[in-house]
Amino acid sequence: MSDLAIRIENLGKRYVLGETHEQTLTEQLGRWIRAPFRARAAARAGHSEFWALKSISLDVKQGEALGIVGGNGAGKSTLLKILSRITPPTTGRAHVRGRLSSLLEVGTGFHPELTGRENVFLNGTILGMRKSEVARKFDEIVAFSGVEKFIDTPVKRYSSGMYVRLAFAVAAHLEPDVLIIDEVLAVGDAEFQKRCLGKMSDVAQQGRTVLFVSHNMAAVQKLCSRAVWLAQGQVQQAGNPADIIGAYIASTSRSSGSGPAMPGFSYWQSPCPSRTEVTAVRFFSPDSGEAIEEAATGQSLAVEIEFNTAQAFRSFSVVLQIATLDGTPLILTSTTPDRDLAFGTSAGRHRIRCIFDALPLAAGEYVFGAGLAIPNVEYVWRDDSLCRLHVAPRDVYGSGLAPTAARYLLATQHVWQAPESL
Amino acid sequence: MPNPTQNLGVESEFFGHRHVTQIDSRMRTLATDMREAWAYRDLLVMLIQRDVTVRYKQSVVGIAWAVIQPLTMMLIFTVVFGGFAKLPSDGVPYPLFAMAALMPWLYFSRALTGSGDSLVGSAHLVSKVYFPRIILPIGKAISSLVDFAITLGLAALLLAWYGINPGWKVLTLPLFVLMAMFTSLAVGLWLTALNVRYRDVGLVTPFIIQIWMYVSPIAYSTSIVPEAWRWLYALNPIVGVVEGFRWALFGRELPALEPILISYSVVALLFVTGLRYFRRVEQTMVDVV
Repeated sequence: MSDLAIRIENLGKRYVLGETHEQTLTEQLGRWIRAPFRARAAARAGHSEFWALKSISLDVKQGEALGIVGGNGAGKSTLLKILSRITPPTTGRAHVRGRLSSLLEVGTGFHPELTGRENVFLNGTILGMRKSEVARKFDEIVAFSGVEKFIDTPVKRYSSGMYVRLAFAVAAHLEPDVLIIDEVLAVGDAEFQKRCLGKMSDVAQQGRTVLFVSHNMAAVQKLCSRAVWLAQGQVQQAGNPADIIGAYIASTSRSSGSGPAMPGFSYWQSPCPSRTEVTAVRFFSPDSGEAIEEAATGQSLAVEIEFNTAQAFRSFSVVLQIATLDGTPLILTSTTPDRDLAFGTSAGRHRIRCIFDALPLAAGEYVFGAGLAIPNVEYVWRDDSLCRLHVAPRDVYGSGLAPTAARYLLATQHVWQAPESL
Repeated sequence: MPNPTQNLGVESEFFGHRHVTQIDSRMRTLATDMREAWAYRDLLVMLIQRDVTVRYKQSVVGIAWAVIQPLTMMLIFTVVFGGFAKLPSDGVPYPLFAMAALMPWLYFSRALTGSGDSLVGSAHLVSKVYFPRIILPIGKAISSLVDFAITLGLAALLLAWYGINPGWKVLTLPLFVLMAMFTSLAVGLWLTALNVRYRDVGLVTPFIIQIWMYVSPIAYSTSIVPEAWRWLYALNPIVGVVEGFRWALFGRELPALEPILISYSVVALLFVTGLRYFRRVEQTMVDVV
């Protein structure tokens, strides 16, 4: 494997459903006492298996930035967890050359009582740096984060933005041979995100290997030199990012062709109460309140997002994105901070509607995505391509020429004034 | 192609040098695990520092508590067991007799509580980043030494107050401290791994510790245990530790060797089996927690 950074051979991961349920020692002892030899077999029989990854093989070259895309439950996170050595595979093996760092979240191990300085050292060593290495980069890290003035203040007094910036600054100064990133770019404000993206592409250009999982197709396309599409625990397709993203997004239209008559997205199995996620996206006409199968340019549209929260959130935000088939976002709106609808949620199932008075989309196919977030801190859940919606042509300008996506994407009311001679 | 490991510098003595990590379902060898734990020693230091800083951040409350707890227990033992029950105290003043046992005991109960919860209590870390998990219980066993140092100070004051000079024997104390650390780590490894599998273990831990105190010679002397049963009594590893502490501080004659050997063999057995069980559970704990 002379120029390979990662070699993955027949990697598989089996979860035994039911085994994850909490067990108590009291129950276990009870079973042993009642039937000392049968207990084990009986416990096994009640379980069903689930393969999150099914014999994946993949080579990643040194210096390559590989994007991994796929729907929820496709096995992306499981793959990252195995490569990060957080959980072992059930079958197969992988070889990783050099030092590997994984960023499955920013600020792992940050303690609210400790100062910014103390947390930089703690977090740095948790991510695999030596203490001397953190000390050497300390000034650089603090400068990058922009929280110099508060570096000796306990981080519990930080604003959520400062907290995330400091946490990301530590992560950005790791110098691993292989870097694994899961969705962490989706934090912080736009300014900071830009800096993060810049730092990430620096890392890739320095000849380091990057594995990047994201639902943000634009970021994958921008950052990655190759992409892999995972579906149901298997490699569906690998190659040029633009091709892979196109193929992946095309496949997510669960309503296209002869599928179910109702466009939108609904979870394929009963939602899991222990997960915070979007469980359904539905389209309605706000006027009649009836479900609709397609929208039309300039008409009103209500998008209903149904979601489940595993816990109560003091501050919560729902995000809606409308993008083109190749993943370019056209509209992105959130309850906060994009709009001013502040709320918290209890644990449980909720739904929220977003109403467009006049849909500004030209006739064509569009991809709807949704996200759940703690405002200005992080995405709890995000998927940029949940479902597709067909927008029918409509002559909004009364000219006999309906706007279509073949010519342009957006149609909004405007006025041409009569020419003046100068 | 440039070799990216070259600009890593000296810090990556373990991961550098184009080290290839193999990831598969097999358990790694103990030697590999230990080498890696050593490579992560800075993290161990940082975690200990975190525990100590957080505990003593509100310095008045933190330190006061570490003084008040042993003092209160010492007073109660002195009044109830030494005064009312008139239990023998091997010929030394009861407060000193009690404190000599409270030193290792309070350390043991704190370290055990900490290490018993170390995996489940750090689930947020363990599920997000890899590091040798053994660092967590080891860290708790070491950070609990700070409170121990405070009780050590109290014991020194008592010795001075009563004008007792332990002599050269006091030099053997570190040996028994090490023993106390091994004991709490051995039991802690078992508890923290069991805690991952069975969630009620965390609830039972305080109860176990309470019972354990009564079957250990903390408030009373081993001398009240019938001679014929001493060997059985010595199966409790804390007996060996406490006997050692009392001997090092004010013992007159060498304690019988057999009970101590029995105690220490139990610790060795618990440690080896605990480490084995821990290593088996840590592999798959993320899938369960």
